[in-house]
Amino acid sequence: MSTWTDTILVCLVLTGFVLLGSSRLLRHIRIVAAQGVLLALLTLAAHQHALSARVLVLAVTIATLKGAAFPWLLSRVLRTADVRREVEPFVSYNVSLLIGGLTLPVAFWLSARLPLPAPPISSLVVPVAFFTTLLGLFVIVSRRKALTQVLGYLVLENGIYVFGVGLTADVPMVVEFGVLLDVFVAVFVMGIAIFHINREFDHIDADQLAALHDWT
Amino acid sequence: MAIASVVHVLLALVCAPLMPGIVIRTKALVAGRIGPPLLQPYFDVLKLLRKSAVYSRTTSGVFRAGPVVGLAALLIATLLVPFGGSAAVLAFPADVVLFAYLLGLARFVTVLAALDTGSSFEGMGASREVTFSALAEPALLLGLAAIACHTSSLSLSPMYAGLGPAAWTQAAAAFAPLAGALLVVFLAENARMPVDDPTTHLELTMIHEVMVLDHSGPDLAFIEYGSALQLWLLGALVVGLVVPVRTGSVWIDGAAAMAGMVALAIVTGLIESSMARLRLLRVPQLLIGASVLSTVALVLMLR
Repeated sequence: MSTWTDTILVCLVLTGFVLLGSSRLLRHIRIVAAQGVLLALLTLAAHQHALSARVLVLAVTIATLKGAAFPWLLSRVLRTADVRREVEPFVSYNVSLLIGGLTLPVAFWLSARLPLPAPPISSLVVPVAFFTTLLGLFVIVSRRKALTQVLGYLVLENGIYVFGVGLTADVPMVVEFGVLLDVFVAVFVMGIAIFHINREFDHIDADQLAALHDWT
Repeated sequence: MAIASVVHVLLALVCAPLMPGIVIRTKALVAGRIGPPLLQPYFDVLKLLRKSAVYSRTTSGVFRAGPVVGLAALLIATLLVPFGGSAAVLAFPADVVLFAYLLGLARFVTVLAALDTGSSFEGMGASREVTFSALAEPALLLGLAAIACHTSSLSLSPMYAGLGPAAWTQAAAAFAPLAGALLVVFLAENARMPVDDPTTHLELTMIHEVMVLDHSGPDLAFIEYGSALQLWLLGALVVGLVVPVRTGSVWIDGAAAMAGMVALAIVTGLIESSMARLRLLRVPQLLIGASVLSTVALVLMLR
């Protein structure tokens, strides 16, 4: 029964590793888009025995929002900012991959110690949710470009969603849509913010924004 | 120990040079050339065996021992590797570790022989070879550990005997990354394309080939045959995982594994034709990625 769920969750982990190992921003955006589509499939797989119109609508919304709208928005920002690669991240790609490889066992260990109110749909759900969340956090703190940090935020949110969909069979639709709307607004605002940062400073390196300058 | 095990060792000894032959032929066909005959590696080895070796005055006994010890280590490793699900000639608990370190020993003596020549190019090649193999080893060992976890055995023969279709349906999500990791290890350890270009003769970019520049005659024949054998051994590990045919009949299993080996050689040829060699700085990333894939498989199995 849970073969599909497991496969989707493992794919989610693997896309996370690709995100850690690659340097091209456009590829980062595509990976996060793929994660969005995987989440939509996960929603369907979680409810495969009681497929309702509600679930379908939710899955389609996630797929369009995370799989199409966000990537479109962010790649537009990327085009205007004219940046292609993440050059010299704070943590190098090799070390990032190693840290990711170490995070996975930690996530499994954590989830084994966590008392859960109800059994999740698959024993992989909680560790993968932890892993994806930690991965998002790690991307936020270890990369320079503001765009990659937005993507890290999206990955973090994906992890939380995996936790929700795997653990609670029935979240009211209003809550799900509320969260999606929040994320949408957040990404929208961050996209605009990156656009303005780029117009003002001619780069989107977040670390160079740490000091306030008086230009006059 | 069944007759089949002995037949499989003979098969490995006889057919090993066929693998590079198929790879070279595939590359030639993709490039639109006819290419050398399939049996060319055999001809090369036989030709080299008839010649006499030339030794530089700066080399010592280490240089002469290198190819012999290397080939001996690989021949012993051949006795440990199961083919097509049937048991190997030698099987005892934890022979996985012995297998990994026999390959390591073969590499170590090659590196020593390269350093013994005192040539700076060979020293560079030796340094790169050691770096990359140190990174490939965790991927191999963690991957084998994942299989060991699934079959709860630490010996190669029962490990691979347990990898039937049932294992794949049960844990496909873990076996798929594992197969990817083992394929990368297979390409890296055999000095194949994304890591090393086996046909290059530019010393600055060579890794494995540069270490054997000073060997000649029978020594070079041993090295060439040894590398074909290593290709076969690691290929057998990949094929044993990817082709889960375990009918119980020795003939069907063996034929399926043999077909798998030929397919693997063709795939290697296609990879070599379609990919450029990675920059030296990017190779560690590929190998770390393979280790991470193995870790994913291992963690999923341990769960």
